[in-house]
Amino acid sequence: MSYELLRLIWWALLGILLIGFAALDGFDLGTMVLLPFVARSDIERRVVINTVGPVWEGNQVWFILGGGAIFAAWPALYAASFSGFYLAMILVLGALILRPVGIKFRSKLDEPGWRRSWDWILFVSGLVPSLVFGVAIGNLFEGVPFTFDADLRMHSTITLLSLLNPFALVVGLASLAMIVLHGACWLNLKTTGAIRARAYAVIPAAAIVFAMLFALAGFWVAQLRGVHLSVPMAHDAPSNPLMKTVAVVRGAWLMNFATTPFLWAAPIVAFVGALFAILFRSRPGYAFIGSALVPLGAIGTAGLSLFPFLLPSSSNPNASLTVWDASSSKLTLSVMLGAVAIFLPIVLAYTAWVYRVFKGPVKAEHIVAQSKTSY
Amino acid sequence: MDIVELSRLQFAITALYHFLFVPLTLGLSIHLGIMETVYVMSGRAIWRDMVKFWGVLFGINFAMGVATGLTMEFQFGTNWAYYSHYVGDVFGAPLAIEGLMAFFLEATFVGLFFFAWDRLSKIQHLIATWALAIGTNFSALWILIANGWMQYPVGAHFNVDTMRMEVTDFSAVLFNPVAQAKFVHTVSAGYVTGSVFVLAVSAYYLLRGRHRELARRSMTVAASFGLASALSVVVLGDESGYMAGLNQKMKIAAIESMWDTEPAPASFTVVGLPDLANRKTTFAVKVPWVLGLIATRSIDTPVPGINQLVQVAAAHIGNGLVAYDALLKVRQNPHDMAARATLDAHSADLGYALLLKHFRSDIENATPADIAAAAASTIPNVPVLFWSFRIMVGLGLWFIALFAIAFWLAGWRRLDTHRPFLWAALFTLPLPWIAAELGWIVAEYGRQPWVIEGVLPTALGVSSTDAGNVLFSLIGFATFYSALLAADLFLLTKYIRLGPEETLGRPVSAPSTTHAIGV
Repeated sequence: MSYELLRLIWWALLGILLIGFAALDGFDLGTMVLLPFVARSDIERRVVINTVGPVWEGNQVWFILGGGAIFAAWPALYAASFSGFYLAMILVLGALILRPVGIKFRSKLDEPGWRRSWDWILFVSGLVPSLVFGVAIGNLFEGVPFTFDADLRMHSTITLLSLLNPFALVVGLASLAMIVLHGACWLNLKTTGAIRARAYAVIPAAAIVFAMLFALAGFWVAQLRGVHLSVPMAHDAPSNPLMKTVAVVRGAWLMNFATTPFLWAAPIVAFVGALFAILFRSRPGYAFIGSALVPLGAIGTAGLSLFPFLLPSSSNPNASLTVWDASSSKLTLSVMLGAVAIFLPIVLAYTAWVYRVFKGPVKAEHIVAQSKTSY
Repeated sequence: MDIVELSRLQFAITALYHFLFVPLTLGLSIHLGIMETVYVMSGRAIWRDMVKFWGVLFGINFAMGVATGLTMEFQFGTNWAYYSHYVGDVFGAPLAIEGLMAFFLEATFVGLFFFAWDRLSKIQHLIATWALAIGTNFSALWILIANGWMQYPVGAHFNVDTMRMEVTDFSAVLFNPVAQAKFVHTVSAGYVTGSVFVLAVSAYYLLRGRHRELARRSMTVAASFGLASALSVVVLGDESGYMAGLNQKMKIAAIESMWDTEPAPASFTVVGLPDLANRKTTFAVKVPWVLGLIATRSIDTPVPGINQLVQVAAAHIGNGLVAYDALLKVRQNPHDMAARATLDAHSADLGYALLLKHFRSDIENATPADIAAAAASTIPNVPVLFWSFRIMVGLGLWFIALFAIAFWLAGWRRLDTHRPFLWAALFTLPLPWIAAELGWIVAEYGRQPWVIEGVLPTALGVSSTDAGNVLFSLIGFATFYSALLAADLFLLTKYIRLGPEETLGRPVSAPSTTHAIGV
């Protein structure tokens, strides 16, 4: 397989991992954000937590694998993005560290103060990553200030405040709305009675907010100054991000859509997914498929719009990371592709089996009957 | 403190915290598998209740392992960006495979383990439990393949066009002998930790006369599994020592506080006082031959001393400067084939030249004094290694003794009545954690000043972020982790005190008293 093709495949796999994370762990995050609002009493909250109880841990691995796969396939991106977005990343890690502990520890003590505190901690553990990941994606379109020296050591002047620009905040809120929608569709599917009624009511609101923010970001992005390869670059050259020439052009982020109109399918999928979730909210399975299509369309849109860029630089556009100069060596990409081809189908198979085992809604009487061992 | 020290401290704290939970997860998961296998084979409900009870304690610990493990996966990128760029082509792969092969397995099946007792057949649930145990062990395998490469960087070369190390031979990375030895040593240490935990908690119940049936059976499992593991830890620790002797001679010499080469076969210093100022070890009590045998597996190969190794390092630095000079020429003119050939011929020592960066930025102009200083900087912290290693080995030998006694008592059916033994088992509870943390210190602190032995000095691996950011995250992690650890210990103690019946919310199934083999 050629180096060019391997890089393309790994770009697609990067997208698949991010979409897998948003579609699978996304509803866990959304459920945590909704926890204090759709569930009022202790038993209701336990029901909500137990809808994700047996599966969230496997879902979270999509995030961890995302980190590992970026490290293995796109080491320059791993190094530049995580160190560049340092404090944002630490915030996300802090929030995600609280989640396993919160879910496990909350119901281990029959003490209202203890449980209420953990409920709010779980809320934060869902809110912060949903928002920050969106803000980070938004900043890719704004470009972030970094460059490399001759040793390829990155130097950046990114600060937490510079990340909080208006466009990125819109993307962050769109991401939060998408995650809340997905969480609401999950609870609509996995609960009954009062909790389900509240989740049901959230679906149209979250879907409409998402669609409006996503559309707003789309119009806004046409006005942004994006980057564009002014001189074509070799697709099989060694991974060194200092060997290309990049131009800054207003509206560059829509060029791919102009040259390949078929790509408009991606944003359409996002809108259709949101619409689906609203229309089919009385048939929870279909609504959930709809809300799972939203991250597919939204993350797909972002990736296709940026392509071939992965991390655009605003201070030295020539140092931007692209699919063609930020990857691992050809050998590493091939070996890792082999590992993915073997293991990912196995993972998907047993994941599907586990979801089948836990099919059906969680009810309060289940929790009461197994009060000591349930979350 | 500068950014290098802050980043190192943060990595050490987060890794040492993470490693408080990992060994118990490794060991307890196998115990759960063994106990459930006995349940499925014998059909006796008490064994199912044992799995459920130890499972609750496992779960509390597992959550902390997952929480602290998240940081580890991303911290290379946040705090060690140049390291990630420089070796990501090699080091990232085992981490990604760990996610694919191990994390998914353990994280997906842990849900079945806890919540699917009523939804699966006995055999299906047993498979889920073993999948969980195998997943945790696979995870140790892949992370130690990554770590083994940091100790013994095989199968990779420096690529001047990308300014980083790239894989040349993936199977060499995979079957790195250092990684294999480390893997078995580390999982065995985890099994010992799990066994001591089960043994000590059971001893606590027996001393109080509570939950005798559950405690006695749990102890029998821990005694036999623990004895095998404790033997394996020490034997494979010895294998690790031999492997380190191949590549990390300085680490061995520092552990031994052996300043000068001794005639073969070298003796092993049992105790002594390392004296840094005068570069000697006072009050040394030595056992002849032992070190030579461990480190070289022969009686005629000398084990080099620290002073001699510093001279070897100086020679490597000289050679590395030739490579660095060629690197600068290639950077000036990428088509300078002669310089490329020189670089390839000497690139194995390029890392040694980079040690000079600590002393001056224009290392191509290094003076003999700079080179001598850089060579001396290859000596790790001798007293810390010397004592950490000795305490670790002493504890390892104590575990063998404890489990041997337990095994013997189990054979005579006297495990539950021998009170001095029960007290000894209870007081051993914290010791495997101390041994495991010291083992990490010997392996990782003993590798300094290298982050990748001979390839990249630790100080060069850091991110170019603001030191204030790192200070903020360091304080954040330290307080956060300490608070979570307090909650973790509080819950573990609470549930151990409550005992199996309160924990499970019902009486533990009464065993048949007439059964001959007493399972």
